[in-house]
This record gives sequence, structure tokens and C-alpha cells, in this order.
Amino acid sequence: MADPAPLICRDIRKQFDQSEVLKGISLETRKGEVVSLIGSSGSGKSTFLRCINLLETPTSGDIIVHGDPVRFKHNRKGDRIPADDRQVELIRARLSMVFQSFNLWSHMTVLENIIEAPIHVLKVPRKEAIERAEAYLNKVGIYERRHYYPAQISGGQQQRAAIARALAMEPEVMLFDEPTSALDPELVGEVLRVMQSLAEDGRTMIVVTHEMAFARNVSSQVLFLHQGVIEEQGSPDKVFNHPDSERMQQFLAPRF
Amino acid sequence: MEQWIAGLQEQFPILTPATLMQYWEGMVTTVQLVFLSLIIGLVLAVPLAILRTARNPLVCTPVWAYTYVFRGTPLLIQLYIIYYGVAQIPGIQETFWWTVFREPFYPALLAFTLNTAAYTTEIIRGAIVATPAGEIEAAKAYGMDWWLRMRRIVLPSAARRAIQAYSNEVIFMLHASAIASVVTLVDLTGAARNAYSNYYAPFQAFIFVALLYMMLTFILVFAFRKLENHLLKHQKSATG
Repeated sequence: MADPAPLICRDIRKQFDQSEVLKGISLETRKGEVVSLIGSSGSGKSTFLRCINLLETPTSGDIIVHGDPVRFKHNRKGDRIPADDRQVELIRARLSMVFQSFNLWSHMTVLENIIEAPIHVLKVPRKEAIERAEAYLNKVGIYERRHYYPAQISGGQQQRAAIARALAMEPEVMLFDEPTSALDPELVGEVLRVMQSLAEDGRTMIVVTHEMAFARNVSSQVLFLHQGVIEEQGSPDKVFNHPDSERMQQFLAPRF
Repeated sequence: MEQWIAGLQEQFPILTPATLMQYWEGMVTTVQLVFLSLIIGLVLAVPLAILRTARNPLVCTPVWAYTYVFRGTPLLIQLYIIYYGVAQIPGIQETFWWTVFREPFYPALLAFTLNTAAYTTEIIRGAIVATPAGEIEAAKAYGMDWWLRMRRIVLPSAARRAIQAYSNEVIFMLHASAIASVVTLVDLTGAARNAYSNYYAPFQAFIFVALLYMMLTFILVFAFRKLENHLLKHQKSATG
């Protein structure tokens, strides 16, 4: 039997009070694929990413992680919630997330940040977790900063530490939520280079980004979201060079 | 040396071995009372602070009411209610509890513990609420359950924010413990009052005890500075 897809999302919808933010988004990833989600702010791309690892609960739709569908139930108020908290925790541990504002744990050193979840969630022995962490710190190029606290290093280094933290979970899929948007322009490059080398290693990644060059050059699939629907989907060549939708054409038009 | 001591005693008649012994015993009582009430108060305050942050009103309202009552009334009144009130509970004099509460130490310990637990609960609650939302979200996103997040992320991070306010609470408790002497407990202040009435030397008796309180305060300040240096090293610049 073929290996199941790392992640399948079917017809994801998300309603906040009166407004529907996601109006049926579907996505299937293959192993080793890099999917870029692009679109203007408010298009729903970050919400979609947060639905994938259940930081938001989709109002309807299915999420299937490596053949394992997330089970949902309805609470007394009639809201849809995950049926099994334990399953949610297990799934989150397999889909590690890199945040826009890094969200490193400020009271722990870089190394402690990276070994925390492997030791306490995945139950990896401490010694092995440290070895693993050091390998990934080398990978992202901040090994010599491992005993610093997050507040003591630059934003680019913090984000690379956060990427090492995500890698140390050895996840099925890595989720990136605008990983360079909170960085000073001169620090963006170092983070994008790390992400590109991960793509070359064959990591499965879903990246919400405003970096069009990254989406165009690194990803295998691009989704352009507009007002909660997929306006354009396909290879970077198709989406950037031959877009069908007028919105995508407008989005790409030079703004200055 | 002997001459120097004799000279000192002439100048300060209260400094006899007997009064010094009283001061020492008073200091032991004060330190025991403050230390025990702080320890028990802290142990109570951590779970209470967690309950106080719960969203369910059935859980957080009773804790809120408790801290409101104990922070909203003078410690002296709380001590009076417990010390004089407990003796009036019908039948208590026949139970085991009477042997405990007849002594002034235990009513004082109870009042101080409940009082400091209320203040400490609010200090810790404030620190828990101020945990950066992104750090909690990251903990969720890495598969941590509620208890693991509390234990590994929220409480360690809150402890670092609470430490400065809590060190003030500790010093406040040391000074507030002086009122234990009004329920016949011979703490440091009680010893000073005895020395004063024996020798009728108010300045000597009370300035001496003030110096002893100051010494205890300096020890506490020093200890907390060490602890803060340790806990807050993540806020310091890397070169410093």
C-alpha cells in the first residue's frame, strides 16, 4: 500500500461570529512538497494554517494527518470541537509550527527551547534530545548561540532557533506562519536560506508568506487565497506566469 | 573585654543576659511564625491562583471572595477574630483543637497564613495572566496538554514575573508579624515590650528590637536579590 499523504484538508470552512473567513479550502500534500499560501492580509491564509493544527477549530471540513482523520464532536452549545484532546496533542506534535513572532519560551535558553517538547511530549531521552537539538542548531547555523536566552539574540537568530525547535519534533509537516514578516529586512535572507535548505532536504512544508520570490522559486505548489476561497492554485509557473484569475493578476501587478 | 562589657551594660541597662535571652527567644518565635506562614501560604497560593484564573465562575468566584475578604480587612482584626472567636465556638474546649488554639502561636499562624495566602494568590494570578499569549500558543502547538503547559511554561514564567512583588510581601509579613504580640505571644516585639516594662527604658528596648528587625530584613533582601539574579538572568544582556 502506498504511503498515505502527509496531510489532506477537505473543504475547510471557518466561521467567526457572522463572518465566514474560510469558505471551503481543500489541500492535499505529497511527501517532500513545499506548499506556499499567498494572498493579501485578511484573505484567510493564516487562519487556514491555524486550522490545520487545530489552534482554530474548523467549522466544517476534514483534516487527515498521515491517514489519521481528526475526530470532531459538538459541544452543548452546538459548536464543533475536537472529540479527543489526546488525539489533538498527538497530531500537533506531528505538525510543528513556526510562528510569525517566534514565540520562543523566554525563560529557557535556545537549547532548552529545542529539547523541551521532544523530552516532555515525545518522551525522547534527554541525552538523545540534546544530540538531536545540537544537530539541528548546526543546521540552522546558531549552534554557538545555544546557551543564550531568546531576548539576547537577534530576531533572525530567534526565528532560526524556532525552526530548529520545529525540526527537533521530526514532524510529518512543518507549518510556517509568515516566518519573516516580523523581521528587519536585513534578517529576512538568513531565515529564507534556512527554509530553502529544508525544502532541498525533502521536508514537507506549508508556508504562509509574503515573500513572492520564495513562493516562486522554492515551492512545488502555490495557493492564492482571496476572501476565504482559493482563487488560483497550481505550480509556481502556472500561478505566477499564467494566472487565470483576475485577482491574481491584480495581486502580482507592480504597486509602485 | 570584660571592662568593655561592663561599660556597655552601664550605658544600656537592658542588655542583661536574661533580656538578651528573651530577645533571642522572641526572634526564634518571629522567624518560625513568619517562615511557616509564608511557606504554607505559598503552597496554598499556587493552586488558588490557578483556580482564580479559571473561566468557570463557580471555580474562580470563591477564590476571588476569599482574597477580597482577607485583603479587604486589617490583619489585626483577622487575628482577633481567630484568636478570640475560636474560643467561643460551642464545644471546642472539649476537642483536640482546643489544645492547639489555646496557645497564641497557632491562631497567629492561621491568621498570618490565610492573610499572606490571599495576597500571594493575587500576585501569582497577575503573573499568570501576564504570560505572553504566543508562548502559550507555542506550547499548545507542540502538543503540550494543560498540565504540562502549566508546569513547564506558565508557572516558571509567572514565577519570574512575581518574584519582585513577592519579595515585598515577605518583608511586609515580617513587619506585620509584630502584631502577634497583642495576643500575648512573646515574639520579637513582645520581648521588646517586656524589656521596656522591666527597665522602663523605651528608647533602648524598642530601638534595639528595630535593629533586629532591620537585620532580618537585610538578610531577606539579600536572599531575594540572589534569587532574582538567578531567575531573571534571561532578561540580562548576554555580555553583562
